[in-house]
Amino acid sequence: MRTILFLLQKEFIQIFRNKMMLPIIIVIPIVQLLILSYTATFEIKNVSLAFVDQDKTQTSKELKSRFEHSPFFTTYAEADHIAQLEEAMLHQKVEMILVIPKDFEKHLNLSKKTDLQLIVDAVNGSAANLMASYANQIVLGFNSDIITELTGFNIKETGIHVVPRYWYNPELDYKTYMVPGILVLLVSLIGAFLSGMNIVREKEIGTIEQLNVTPIKKHQFIIGKLLPFWLIAMFDLCFGLVIAKIIFAIPILGSVWLILGVAAIYLILVLGLGLFISTITDTQQQAMFLAWFFFVIFIMLSGLFTPIEAMPEWTQRLNILNPIAYFIDFMRMVMLKGSGFSDVLSQILHITIYAIITMGLAIFRYRKRA
Amino acid sequence: MKGFIIKEFLQIFRDYRSMAILFGIPIAQILLFGFALNMDLNNAHIAIVNKSGDAKSIELINKINSSDYFIVDQVFNSETNIQAAFQRGEIKEVIVIPEDFAARLASNQKIELQVIADASDPNTASILVNYTQAVVSSFQSQNAKGSSAALPLIQVESRFKYNESLKSVYMFVPGVFTIILMLVSAMMTSISIAREKELGTMEILLVSPITPVQIILGKVFPYVLLSFINAGLILLMSAFVFGMPFSGSITLLLAEALLFILMALSLGIFISTVSNSQQTAMLLSMFALLLPTILLSGFVFPIKNMPEVLQWLSHLMPGKWFIIIVKAIILKGAGFADLWKETLIILSMTLFFIGLSIKKFNIRLATN
Amino acid sequence: MSKAVVVKDLTKKFGNFTAVNKLNFEVDKGEVFGFLGANGAGKTTAIKILCGLSKPSSGQVTVAGFDAYKQSELIKKNIGYMSQRFSLYDDLTIAENIRFYGGIYGLKRVEIQSKTKEYVKKLDLEEFEGRAVIDLPLGIKQKLAFSVANVHNPAIIFLDEPTSGVDPITRRQFWDMIYSEAAKGKTIFVTTHYMDEAEYCDRITIMVDGKIEALDSPSRLKKDFNAHNISDIFLKLSRKQNSTQN
Repeated sequence: MRTILFLLQKEFIQIFRNKMMLPIIIVIPIVQLLILSYTATFEIKNVSLAFVDQDKTQTSKELKSRFEHSPFFTTYAEADHIAQLEEAMLHQKVEMILVIPKDFEKHLNLSKKTDLQLIVDAVNGSAANLMASYANQIVLGFNSDIITELTGFNIKETGIHVVPRYWYNPELDYKTYMVPGILVLLVSLIGAFLSGMNIVREKEIGTIEQLNVTPIKKHQFIIGKLLPFWLIAMFDLCFGLVIAKIIFAIPILGSVWLILGVAAIYLILVLGLGLFISTITDTQQQAMFLAWFFFVIFIMLSGLFTPIEAMPEWTQRLNILNPIAYFIDFMRMVMLKGSGFSDVLSQILHITIYAIITMGLAIFRYRKRA
Repeated sequence: MKGFIIKEFLQIFRDYRSMAILFGIPIAQILLFGFALNMDLNNAHIAIVNKSGDAKSIELINKINSSDYFIVDQVFNSETNIQAAFQRGEIKEVIVIPEDFAARLASNQKIELQVIADASDPNTASILVNYTQAVVSSFQSQNAKGSSAALPLIQVESRFKYNESLKSVYMFVPGVFTIILMLVSAMMTSISIAREKELGTMEILLVSPITPVQIILGKVFPYVLLSFINAGLILLMSAFVFGMPFSGSITLLLAEALLFILMALSLGIFISTVSNSQQTAMLLSMFALLLPTILLSGFVFPIKNMPEVLQWLSHLMPGKWFIIIVKAIILKGAGFADLWKETLIILSMTLFFIGLSIKKFNIRLATN
Repeated sequence: MSKAVVVKDLTKKFGNFTAVNKLNFEVDKGEVFGFLGANGAGKTTAIKILCGLSKPSSGQVTVAGFDAYKQSELIKKNIGYMSQRFSLYDDLTIAENIRFYGGIYGLKRVEIQSKTKEYVKKLDLEEFEGRAVIDLPLGIKQKLAFSVANVHNPAIIFLDEPTSGVDPITRRQFWDMIYSEAAKGKTIFVTTHYMDEAEYCDRITIMVDGKIEALDSPSRLKKDFNAHNISDIFLKLSRKQNSTQN
């Protein structure tokens, strides 16, 4: 126990003497939360729209004004031919072109079917799909008004109407969804990178050899090395939760103690990964790239940015091995939906088993050898 | 000079772990993300509260279940169980079918179909509500016997340009391409130079008859070559594995890639001149370079929906301009005439970083 | 137990490469034992085995009465080690380094404090006391590293090329420190490639390509090889080795 205290004292002196360290511990959480949560949004608004109005009647004008009044669209230009707009679409000035055909009004007045053409820049496939469906809804509304006007039959009073209710996030605020995930990202990166790099650094500059000839026990070394980073990561998590609550007004519906308790186990997992990486590498460069390789994959597949449900079966199965996915899932459920212990039992079990495996493996791999 | 470059190559190639990292990571990532990153939701698990229980309501449930979008997981009699099911994370949406569904449908009365979405993930929620709307409309037009009023007069015919089948991979491959070039070029060089400084071998090189510029060139040249090979590999994979269309000129694309690699390398050199240890170089690269490249370049998230400050910031991201170039050449078949502005921006960034590094380097030599 | 180190048929292989080939020697208590050899002759490999940093492939090794296979952690309690790479923490001060290593070896706070005072005084470090070790001149760093390796008063001290890169005056002072520890009855095991330093040892071994080619006191060796100094012996042995290879 005394030995561990001496090791801890030394680690803390070194960590806080490093001028980069304090900014990393304090600034990174703030920057990540602020930048990530504002950038990571799939909201679609202000789609820049161009019209090709070949009809030029009162009705076509009416339809165009529906689009102009929608919060989703802003009118970029009007042209007589699609060809005039191709260049603009190539340069991303225009994302969508609506073509109103000749005789649009005439056909409608005769209750004849008429086709609108919608051209969407689909480089971003899912956004294109969403933009098209917004446009469709506007046209649908316009359509039923026209029918009412023509036949006196009010379509709005008949038929099935879908009434959406958005639980847990009625404003559909994307930040609410991102912040719990970003908190996970934050503690994972801090935990795994700082701890892994720290140990490899001692290997690289040779001080580890001096430590290895001392009678220090394996568990003393590992606790002394990892505990400081465990504390730092826990501090950052609390700090992040406070920022989330105060600046972003993210609800924390579930129990804070549940969050902290599971985070404590999760960090053992992450630190175990860091330690494991340090045992199989010799230089900081290798350690860093190895850590990056795994973490970029973990992050991308974790459901932080794109929904896990949208991934193919085999990648979803790959996520069984993804610690970040479990913890993000846990954090989102507890923070946003107020899920309790029994609701997230499966995530907690996975994290715990995983923590035991990684830490065990890392301790097994760690050798007091040169 | 030649000997020096050879030494750098030997150091990189002899270290099999670095080689695995240099080539293994890009290949693994492009494959994984190309297949895995996807925005199209399929088979979302939902629940239905059926208060009516008549034949028509069952028909609607069957219709929903048989669509590709949904799997009806649970059917409840009342709304009481919804909260618990959401909290366990079993379902993403609940559709509430009201009483007397069939009767009201037959008599053409207004029916309100409540759709409760788990909006803790707002994106998924709004997509699912959209899908529900589509399925319900189609159910309605099947059931609107004779009443011509329900049939839409205006039909929208959508054409998705540059990506007819709306593949997500078209969006992600250019982004992954950019990030990998950035990672390998900028991070690798900055760390490799910082390493020489940390281990003290830089001083030995500095007192040798090789000039500082030659040292830097020697350090950078192997990475130019390796990154270029990487770029080629990724492009081959995106063509043959993911079937990207490659509408534009390959030569132009490779030339632009080379320019971007040079930009990333000069950025890496600049980072190494301002950092004195590998750890600093790594953290700088990670937080000043990699995250912004992922977030502010339009790789995953559209830039135009961000707050204005961040949009401004995104202009400073070299990756943003390169992603525009790659997408324009591969998907839209753009030529140099369309892209000279973006090219010029990357070129001036390259010169800026080189100039800054030389200045920094000279100051350091002068003070020593 | 009168021998500090006993080595019988010690062999260490890395794959097909034999770094250390059937070493046999004994080191007496209180002896200054020199380990000579060119770079890559196997000195560092051998010393790492003796310190418990690496396991032998075969042969018997006893250090301070403990077996290197089964009791390497007990060996570590009884030895001090100073590696050829500088092994103190650059970003810690002198006192912090002493406190850290002293703490790990289980010294009491009072002992650590008195050791710190003693070293600062002995090495004339008053002006550097509050500063990080990185600011110290190399010679002082090496002397400090030696003192730190000695902080827990071990029976045997292993020094792996302790004086490489140090100026002649500091080297002389360093050897004075070694002698004063030896005079207290400590065993000193030192590797070096400075041949003049070999003359300071009670006995030396010369290693060539993983094997011991000579082992005796410097004066005896000079007589046996009919040489003026150790350097000549060393060159003779290396040449012999080369000629048998060719």
